[in-house]
Amino acid sequence: MNILVCISHVPDTTSKINFTESDTKFDTTGVQFIINPNDEFGLTRAIWFKEKIGAQVHVIHVGTSAADPTLRKCLAIGADKAYRIDAPATDGSAVANELAAFAKDHAYDLIIAGRESIDYNGAMVPGMLSALLDMPFVPNCVGLTIDNGMATAEREIDGGREQLKAHLPIVIGAQKGLVEESDLRIPNMRGIMQARQKPFEVVPSQGAEAKTKDVSFEKPAPKAAVKLIPADDIDQLIELLHKEAKVI
Amino acid sequence: MSVLVFIETENNTLKRNAAEVASYGVALATLLNTSCKAIVFHATNPETLGQFGIKEVTLVSDAPTHFDAHAYAEIVAEHAQKNEFSQVVVSSSADAKYLAPILAVKLQAAYVPNVVNLPQSTTPLSYKRAAFTNKAFAYSEVLAANSVIGVSNNSFGVVEKNERCAVVPSSSASPSTKLEQLSIEKVTGIATIADADVVVSGGRGLKGPENWHLVEALADVLGAATACSKPVSDMGWRSHDEHVGQTGKPVSTNLYIAIGISGAIQHLAGVNSSKVKVVINNDPEAPFFKAADYGVVGDAFEVVPKLTQKLKEFKA
Repeated sequence: MNILVCISHVPDTTSKINFTESDTKFDTTGVQFIINPNDEFGLTRAIWFKEKIGAQVHVIHVGTSAADPTLRKCLAIGADKAYRIDAPATDGSAVANELAAFAKDHAYDLIIAGRESIDYNGAMVPGMLSALLDMPFVPNCVGLTIDNGMATAEREIDGGREQLKAHLPIVIGAQKGLVEESDLRIPNMRGIMQARQKPFEVVPSQGAEAKTKDVSFEKPAPKAAVKLIPADDIDQLIELLHKEAKVI
Repeated sequence: MSVLVFIETENNTLKRNAAEVASYGVALATLLNTSCKAIVFHATNPETLGQFGIKEVTLVSDAPTHFDAHAYAEIVAEHAQKNEFSQVVVSSSADAKYLAPILAVKLQAAYVPNVVNLPQSTTPLSYKRAAFTNKAFAYSEVLAANSVIGVSNNSFGVVEKNERCAVVPSSSASPSTKLEQLSIEKVTGIATIADADVVVSGGRGLKGPENWHLVEALADVLGAATACSKPVSDMGWRSHDEHVGQTGKPVSTNLYIAIGISGAIQHLAGVNSSKVKVVINNDPEAPFFKAADYGVVGDAFEVVPKLTQKLKEFKA
């Protein structure tokens, strides 16, 4: 089985978000970048398939060389080969088109991307990729088994779960639940050494065009100070929620 | 340049979020000086969309009876192309976020998700949308002729119009499906995090799963959904579909009550777009107080039952 895991390279979850150049660019100063957590859940499941039923696991990223350490980390935790499509990740549509052009030339049985990236939160790349490749797609995936060319996938829905079945190839939008947090791998020294020998290929861009452009950014307005209510005056809280906030 | 609103249903009736997406679509059409119509699958009450200013809705009956994103996207795309709708408005529910990217590819449209307001400008179209898990907003310009707009939950609100709405049956043929639905499990009768107006959430401060009756009792009085922080789901006190935060579910509700949650940056990111936040915590230094509107410094085991009791009296 050939698995492709799409990797986004995002600011660490604890990062403070700031912008530079008159609020037109994300300020990377002091920001540590990580594998997008949703992608990492997907990659971990891919490596599980590799170990249990045998698979080749490739990782791919669309972007600049800034993400190379993130891709090396993917190799260190068990991916077999890394690709980087050398194109600026301008918007979700451009990224999906670059990935689709690449995937068309390679026979992948399973393509995994995170449910959404934790930076731009578009939740669009896996769905667009599936449409471009005319493959079935299961987003918010919290369970995936593969048997005899058939995938059974569980999708988290508002207030429940849905079980879906399809022939491979299939596109999955991974999230927590597909594997647990405790299943995530930390690269060990052997993995890091091996990663240096693993193939890492830079692929030229297909020149996919963006359909949207982020022209500027803004941080939420600073919050007014919290109104503290004494613990023995709950009536006041109810009064405020009713009359001032008008939410009850 | 006309606007099409995709309306979702639940058990063949319009979902609650229909009111907000319809209101948004009508306002967008007014701004663009064009008309707004809707499309809905298997609904028994589509004419009620008139309440939010929709004058015509296409009712599709020849399609899978459960939500099938691939089939539905194909039908909506065909309908939009045939009738020259250039702007399609959808919600931010799990189903809408499933449908929208597929639909955008079929329409060769731009997809702008998590939109919080009407366009800032119309030439070019530019939308304000939530990004960086609600730690910031982006202003996104649309570079394509067509667009799919995902309206963030509880961001625009509902505008009552009371128009008469005509229901037009659709004649499109049902496309083949790519995915076989094996089963669906759904809680019924209780509010879900995605749909609820109020969410009551518990953290490690509650000391153990056996104390969750406090959260549930408060949620019950408010008709609220229950949620939890990441450590709580990681320790297995609650199932992880209740986990809200950066890697869990986003919460965008009118009232969010956090009990015994300190307010790690990842948790705050996930709940930031909720309108009013109430924090109950015995630690006055808990970072959540800085992000809250109202706070009670006190022991959850005393404050929460008292709040539940008082709310019962208030509601009575």
